[in-house]
Amino acid sequence: MSTVVSFLVGVLVGLAGLGIVVLSRRAGTARTRRDLGTEAEQVTYETLHTAWSAAPPLRAGLSQDTARKAARHLRGLLRAPALAITDGEHRLAWDGTADQHADAAVALAATAFRTGKVSVLGPDRVACADPSCTLRYAVAAPIAVEGEVQAVLTAYSAEESAGLARAAAEVARWASGQLELAELDRSKARLIEAEVRALRAQISPHFIYNSLTAIASFVRTDPARARNLLLEFADFTRYSFRRHGEFTTLAEELNSIDQYLNLERARFGERLSVTLQISPEVLPVAVPFLCLQPLVENAVQHGMEDRADGCHITILAQDGGSEALISVEDDGAGMDPEACRRMLSGKGDAGGGIALGNIDERLRQVYGHEYGLVVETALGAGTKVKLRVPKHRVGVHAT
Amino acid sequence: MNSTYSVIAVAIVVTATVLIGANGLRLSRTTSDFYVASRTVSPWWNASAIGGEYLSAASFLGVAGLIFAYGADMLWFAVGYTAGYLVLLTLVAAPLRRSGAYTLPDFAEERLASVPVRRIASLLTVGIGWLYLLPQLQGAGLTLYTVTGLSPLVGAVAVAVVVVVNVMAGGMRSITIVQAVQFWLKLAAITIPMVFLLLAWQHDGAPTPTGPTPPAFTERTTVRVNSAVTVRVNEPVRVTVTGVVDGHRLRESPVRLSTGTHRIDQGTSVTFSAGAVVPQVTSIPATTGDQWALPLSGTSGDHSLYVVYSLIVATFLGVMGLPHVIVRFYTNPNGWAARRTTVVLLVLLGVFYVQLPLYGMFGRLYTPELLMTGRTDATILLLPARLIGGIGGDLLSALVAGGAFAAFLSTASGLTVAVAGVISRNTLRRFGITGFRVAAVGAMTVPLAMTLVSSRLSVADVVGLAFAVAASSLCPLVVLGIWWRRLTSVGAAAGMTVGGGLALTAGLLTLVGAAQPGWWMDLLRWPAAWTVPIGFAVMIGVSLATPGSTPPGVARLMARLHAPESLGLRSTADREEAAQ
Repeated sequence: MSTVVSFLVGVLVGLAGLGIVVLSRRAGTARTRRDLGTEAEQVTYETLHTAWSAAPPLRAGLSQDTARKAARHLRGLLRAPALAITDGEHRLAWDGTADQHADAAVALAATAFRTGKVSVLGPDRVACADPSCTLRYAVAAPIAVEGEVQAVLTAYSAEESAGLARAAAEVARWASGQLELAELDRSKARLIEAEVRALRAQISPHFIYNSLTAIASFVRTDPARARNLLLEFADFTRYSFRRHGEFTTLAEELNSIDQYLNLERARFGERLSVTLQISPEVLPVAVPFLCLQPLVENAVQHGMEDRADGCHITILAQDGGSEALISVEDDGAGMDPEACRRMLSGKGDAGGGIALGNIDERLRQVYGHEYGLVVETALGAGTKVKLRVPKHRVGVHAT
Repeated sequence: MNSTYSVIAVAIVVTATVLIGANGLRLSRTTSDFYVASRTVSPWWNASAIGGEYLSAASFLGVAGLIFAYGADMLWFAVGYTAGYLVLLTLVAAPLRRSGAYTLPDFAEERLASVPVRRIASLLTVGIGWLYLLPQLQGAGLTLYTVTGLSPLVGAVAVAVVVVVNVMAGGMRSITIVQAVQFWLKLAAITIPMVFLLLAWQHDGAPTPTGPTPPAFTERTTVRVNSAVTVRVNEPVRVTVTGVVDGHRLRESPVRLSTGTHRIDQGTSVTFSAGAVVPQVTSIPATTGDQWALPLSGTSGDHSLYVVYSLIVATFLGVMGLPHVIVRFYTNPNGWAARRTTVVLLVLLGVFYVQLPLYGMFGRLYTPELLMTGRTDATILLLPARLIGGIGGDLLSALVAGGAFAAFLSTASGLTVAVAGVISRNTLRRFGITGFRVAAVGAMTVPLAMTLVSSRLSVADVVGLAFAVAASSLCPLVVLGIWWRRLTSVGAAAGMTVGGGLALTAGLLTLVGAAQPGWWMDLLRWPAAWTVPIGFAVMIGVSLATPGSTPPGVARLMARLHAPESLGLRSTADREEAAQ
């Protein structure tokens, strides 16, 4: 019996231990609130906390949904009985009492929306027929993004108050800041997308010219091979120019690399030798589109640079539990680690550098900073670029 | 029985495994031109690999032992371990693959967009993995003990060390082809001896174990009791004893064992004459051949029908919660291949499991003394030498022992990799491969520690517990996650916690022997029939009560899970998403 009891204890201790490890990661962020400080500190804390709660919805951009979520917190900041967020034509959100005022919110905000200035509205515009309703005054403050009014925040009150007008203007400006940050996020994403487009269009003219010349040289001597190479060329360009989808499977990416290498071998012949070692288990892994092919192109360029005896390229893709481990290696001239570091941080000047920096940035954005490119290189020692790709990440699907 | 060949066979299996792991043998061609896309793992290879990791100690030794001991009701183990994949095929395989999830916690996060749900699923996955590793280590100990007489701890520690070293050295890449070969090795280890056993049985006049009499020794037999047992004697029997019986120390003395229970101490040898009825250990019900062969005849307790249904529910629905099985489905390139793999797997497992009842029957005919020592799990290991004898029998025994060890190693490493993957993904992600290695040590240490203190637990009971927990917690998550769009994160968390918690509590109460025989005992020992419905009910009920926590984008996700890839819906949906 004692053995089974200790078994039970072992199980529970094991589970509890794991639970503690998992949960402690959360507990680290939750501070105790026992020591609340002075009243002023408390007010500061509460204000900042409320503002912080309103930030995430606004950072996602302005829509009915995000406005509704933010309005609740913004009203709390202003301590107003009711608050509306409207754009030029529609009411985006209404929060608070006295719903009969909601429909007039757009009309009230019109002046502020047109002029971009805070407008204070009296009982003649605000008051309603309901005698029990206390809402008499309203402050409409514009929310502008990059100088253009996007929405108007209207705060209602029972009395005329200069304090409310100032506070509403400040809250509207704070909201503007958050929306500008949202716009910044969007431009960043657009920039990356544009860079992927650029990569897609970046098949170098030299490569096209050299490939076609190499194919032409086979047309008479080996027509079958010439035909195959042309088909490879067609497939390769179709893949590189494809328009949709941010992700693809490792299998497709490697397939494109295979086509690319076949074309390069047609040109370089025996001088370019390649070792591919691919674990079939990782072929279905979703990877960012064109995250490997530019690395191989770089490797061929570096490897063949100033060399008559040719070069050897090794491409590895291995299974590493919940990740795929990929590396591309050449035995070429290598590069100065410092130059490489500059390249990765986006300050590089060479064409290959843009690709490295772009891939690094995209990997970090999709998977987090621990998943950036790792480059091992030195002058004269070849270059090895390594990356890790998690087998699953929410929102990452090959298309 | 000559154990030399068996030791050599086990040594070969272990050495080969270590070498393959340590040298990182890729078994992948190293050439400069081949079409990568054509090299995705084919359903046949993948099915073999899944079989290689799935066929565990419980399958290899436990099922035959259970049928041998308890009779026809236990056939449902053999059926359920296979048919679980039928449920997987129809409800889960393709949508799960299309979800892109590598583990079930991944699926939970993808489907419900909730980190807490992911954490609960992770805890359950790790717990189920540990519960499933425990019997692997125990089985390894039993095998080594049966073929060499070494302490059961040696085998358990040996398997644990080999697996962890292998995983640390880089063998964690659960190479499909290696696992597939393991499957065929196991199938050969079970099928080749079976052919010879069938021939020997025919030669013996094809006796059947049915009939109105209990099992008896066919010839004069000396039984050595290696750990103390209490046996029940139903009709008086004359034996010769060296050792301690009922507290009396005897040496080569004739004794008459009267009707009732007797305690036989460790190290005692008891010699029976031919035709004597086998006294059975009290934990195994004494049955006549007819009772043994008849379903629902009460051999598995007073509530056989309930037990059978509970068994069906646990094994049919528990398979989809086994972490090492699920991760292998990721290797399929698409949903169609996942289905195809499952169909092939059903065939392969069918061929394997159909033989185990035969081993159980042969065990009853030719190794009845195991009913006295209670070690019915060992019957497969003993039968070839017993029935065929000579060097041929020794070689066949060696083949079985090697196959059994292959089963422990492949299942244990598959589980270790899967559990370590979940642990490192949740807690040690920033450390990369190092974190994974640390997690691998943790993944094996806990079950090994459990083995050291729980040598008396039945292999089959612990496996049953793992299946019951999986069926009550992760199965509702996966099935409802795939087929019910109103599932919410709160509902999933509640259902998993309640269903899994109940099953785990019931199982642990049984294992510590808290329940008296009767209805309660059966309800606790076979909990799936009530914990699975409760798990589903809680998940559905709480989901309906919390419609607000439905994750966003369910419709699009559902379309992706259920639409075949060839329809091209995925890319269309994503293009629309991108255009927004």
